[in-house]
Amino acid sequence: MDIYLPIAGLSVNIVVIILLGGAVGMLSGMFGVGGGFLTTPLLIFYGIPPTVAAASASTQVTGASVSGVFAHMRRGGVDFHMGAVLVVGGLLGTLFGAVLFELLETWGQADTVINILYTLLLGGIGGLMAKDAWQSVSAKRSGKPVAASKRRHHPLVASLPGRWRFYRSGLYISPLAPLILGFLTGILTMLLGVGGGFIMVPAMLYILGMSANVVVGTSLFQILFVTMSSTMVHSLTTRAVDIVLAIFLLIGSVTGAQIGARLAQRMRPDYLRLLLAAIVLIVALRMALGLGWQPDEIYTVQFL
Amino acid sequence: MIARLLLILALLLPLSAMAQSASEPKLVPDVSQRNINIQSRFTGAELLLFGAIIYPRGVAPSGQIDVAVVLRGPTRPIIVREKQKVAGIWVNADSIDFRSAPAYYAIASSRPIEKIVDARTAAIYELGLKRLQLSPTGEIETREVRRFTNGLVDLNQRDGLFAEAPGEVDITDQVLYRARLTLPSSVPEGKYIAETLLIRDGRVIMADDSVVVEISKTGFERFVTIMAQDYGLLYGAFAVLISLFLGWFAGYVFNRL
Repeated sequence: MDIYLPIAGLSVNIVVIILLGGAVGMLSGMFGVGGGFLTTPLLIFYGIPPTVAAASASTQVTGASVSGVFAHMRRGGVDFHMGAVLVVGGLLGTLFGAVLFELLETWGQADTVINILYTLLLGGIGGLMAKDAWQSVSAKRSGKPVAASKRRHHPLVASLPGRWRFYRSGLYISPLAPLILGFLTGILTMLLGVGGGFIMVPAMLYILGMSANVVVGTSLFQILFVTMSSTMVHSLTTRAVDIVLAIFLLIGSVTGAQIGARLAQRMRPDYLRLLLAAIVLIVALRMALGLGWQPDEIYTVQFL
Repeated sequence: MIARLLLILALLLPLSAMAQSASEPKLVPDVSQRNINIQSRFTGAELLLFGAIIYPRGVAPSGQIDVAVVLRGPTRPIIVREKQKVAGIWVNADSIDFRSAPAYYAIASSRPIEKIVDARTAAIYELGLKRLQLSPTGEIETREVRRFTNGLVDLNQRDGLFAEAPGEVDITDQVLYRARLTLPSSVPEGKYIAETLLIRDGRVIMADDSVVVEISKTGFERFVTIMAQDYGLLYGAFAVLISLFLGWFAGYVFNRL
């Protein structure tokens, strides 16, 4: 079953797109990440133009995170105060990201920069997560509890001026810290079409030191608004959001997300994190190899 | 349609024979489809370029006649970038601007181009992918232009946007010819011009580029493209709303199950 994508300007197999969305959705339901970090490269690999892939993936992440946000809201897992600061940072980030994207395009280095960013981010985060998850898994096996970390948040965070109280997160820190964090993920959303959950969650835990029960909900809350904004910015600047592609991705991913959420309840959280770390590392490795190996296409065409 | 065309041909035949003072033959080209509509089920198209060769007094001369057909898409300015390995990673290092690169180019001929015309004629009529003139901007070495042109040709050939089909024009009784060209789903919209060349003894004796094929998005696809291009705010808002709705709806349905 083939369908023509009006903005991407080529025809694709619907079943492939829905399955791709479904697989990514399942991961996002299981791990509370948007899954954009997988959608964009997979779409590009399938032959969708990179800008269209990034723009449409951000639309898909919006849909995948909605039901998650509602679920976490019901059980009080969203710190709206913290979320709002993150969203403001994120919105500024998407605007800045749009400018950056234009610059990189005219310079001709957009895809290289995107690949390097992906490799470094995924490699770094994946490594951190794997180490963390492995420690807790092996600690359970041996029966010894992991020593709780003394430090609440990173010393840099404490050195920022001005402090606000974030009740649900249990924090008394400068609002600049989440603002900067939101800003950085906003840039990534614009450049990579990712929600940034895979960066946000560890950053909230290890850098801001938020209490664990509001981390995923608040991260999803921020992702929801930032991907909405990045869809809008793409619609107004690159004009690369393919609504047909986004809808078929969404059909797959919203269904997958629900299945994933149910699967997650039956799995041990430590193993779940180890699995996510493995997936992230595999994607990072693939990206790294892509940088070093001779690419399939030496020549690329940019239309003026 | 073809029957009607043949009828018109038959009526015109004596007229055109009279009008033509020289003893050169005349070409009557046509195409199977003058409008190609891109719709949701569009997976590419196949075009039949065909026609008749009309000889003065209706007698085919001795000696071999060759036909070449070229289908050219709209031209546009492009940048071709070349990746090179710099410090261990592959990055875009070099680039050339071309002022007029065809979005689509396909050529079919009754025999390989090299065998039917000399190099100069082939270059003048841009026959064959090796002879495309893309008008690079700035002062650039010919060798470099060649390298980038080859890169572009190779890329587009694998995407089906450039094609070369020697020996794919069938000529029947030296009078009727036909060639089949395929268009991939990624063809851009625009006016496509079909050029037919009648070749004898290494000379182009007749060239006709009157056949135009219009490729355009229609219906829903056209609507979506216009919305995305001209009403970005509305389009984006709609994309956001639909993703919110689908996300919420899936959650609602699954909670009921």
